[in-house]
Amino acid sequence: MKGSLARRIVLGMTPWIGVIVLWYAVRWSGLVNLSLIPAPHQVAAKFVDLLLHEGLLIDIYASTRRVFFGVALGILAAVPVGFLLGWYRSARTFADPMINFFRALPPIALIPLVIVYFGVDEIAKLVILFYASFFSGVIVMYEGVSQITPLYIRVAKTLGANEFEIFRKVIIPLTVPHILTALRVALGVAWATLVASELIAAQRGLGAMIQNASTYFLLDIIYVGIICIGCIALIMDLILRWISAKLLVWQDRATS
Amino acid sequence: MIAPGMTSERARFDHVSLSFDTPKGNLRVVDDVSYAINDGDFIAVIGPSGCGKTTMMSMLAGFQTPTTGRVLFDGHPVTGPGPERGVIFQEYGVFPWLTVRENIAFGLNLKANHVPSSERDQICQHYLALMGLSDFANSYPKHLSGGMRQRLAIARAYAVKPQFLLMDEPFGALDAQTRANMQNLLLQVLATEGKTVMLITHSVEEAIYLASRIVVVTARPARIKEIIDVPFSYPRDESIQERAEFGELRGHIRELVMNEYRAQQAQMRPVSFSE
Repeated sequence: MKGSLARRIVLGMTPWIGVIVLWYAVRWSGLVNLSLIPAPHQVAAKFVDLLLHEGLLIDIYASTRRVFFGVALGILAAVPVGFLLGWYRSARTFADPMINFFRALPPIALIPLVIVYFGVDEIAKLVILFYASFFSGVIVMYEGVSQITPLYIRVAKTLGANEFEIFRKVIIPLTVPHILTALRVALGVAWATLVASELIAAQRGLGAMIQNASTYFLLDIIYVGIICIGCIALIMDLILRWISAKLLVWQDRATS
Repeated sequence: MIAPGMTSERARFDHVSLSFDTPKGNLRVVDDVSYAINDGDFIAVIGPSGCGKTTMMSMLAGFQTPTTGRVLFDGHPVTGPGPERGVIFQEYGVFPWLTVRENIAFGLNLKANHVPSSERDQICQHYLALMGLSDFANSYPKHLSGGMRQRLAIARAYAVKPQFLLMDEPFGALDAQTRANMQNLLLQVLATEGKTVMLITHSVEEAIYLASRIVVVTARPARIKEIIDVPFSYPRDESIQERAEFGELRGHIRELVMNEYRAQQAQMRPVSFSE
């Protein structure tokens, strides 16, 4: 058990160390102007500096809060809608082309319109993130729900379950895995969209920080911003995966 | 003729036909089938695969309605599934998100079955032991073998105490050893709990070994070819398979089924391929 944990840590760390080595290697190779690539230790020093003196935490908090509420609201709406579409064939025929139309639009392309209608406040960002999470989540939900096998419902009926019991004891447990997948997909899309929306108009947030730094060619700050976004997205995904593992112990997973 | 009410009839197919509308036209699956199942009967329905035997069972279970004719259960037309008719599906349908114990308890916790909560644990315990699943009570179905899943499906169906069991090729996917064990277990349970059974199978030996009456069904559309009484009394054990009557019966039924199988093959074979 201990050995396997150590092995997993080593396996997990190796690519990161590789990236840092590669990073230094590119600097030392002399192929690129040194002022264009800050060294990893310089970026680390900048990170500490920003954290202590420039309120990096406020930016992180602003971005994370936007993603959290955007995704939460988007998925809250996507679950019932995706469920209805997956469950009722006629609802799908009715709404499917529409959903695919809106899903195909990159949320970033809508930012100018959102600014026109909702201004540049928090509301505008929330609208964009809601849009991005809703459409990515709704697809995952309805694909998943439409694949629920009717066998389990038949079994429940032969055991005497009424409609409400079928919903609560069969359909909900079968829907949970799809809700979690929808959440993960929506989180990924929401981070991508968030940074784009902050690049255009925001006082604080990681996207805004990157945008301001680029104006003054402060590459180390840009690197700090990018790494922070990656790390927060990774942590959120890990938390979700941990929750999934707890909730879905029953699932058959290919592991070795 | 015995007056209705005097008999112990549980289920009846009364001139039942069923057809589907397909793009190629109307497809008749079951054609004018009539027979009765009495209390305590063990009926095996046998015929070539794809002939419509499962459809027959499905109508009694309440998942399909006949196009013409009536399917009666306890004298009333079947309108939908219900806990008094337990169904054991070919694909088992064990709930993967529940542990073995929770699967068995599923039916007991439903409103329709009125099981007092004080008795639920005891019933679970009984069927866990009976089906040899006690050691796996808290495991999820992903850890069970095919035979164990099958036993779990049977335990779950039995737990709500249906007096009538519908089994759709329940042992079809099991290996020969497990299959023989499951057949014996079924006979053993029936001996103590006295139920009426309708079993769909394509194994002639299984039908003779288990059933009191065998309904041989034709190639699609399913009609009744012959209804045969099995001359062995219960309790039965494997020794009956050595008896001369068993062999004769097997020969007779096998011939009937093989004829229908050939008829079915002829139906499906493209014209250009015919000899």
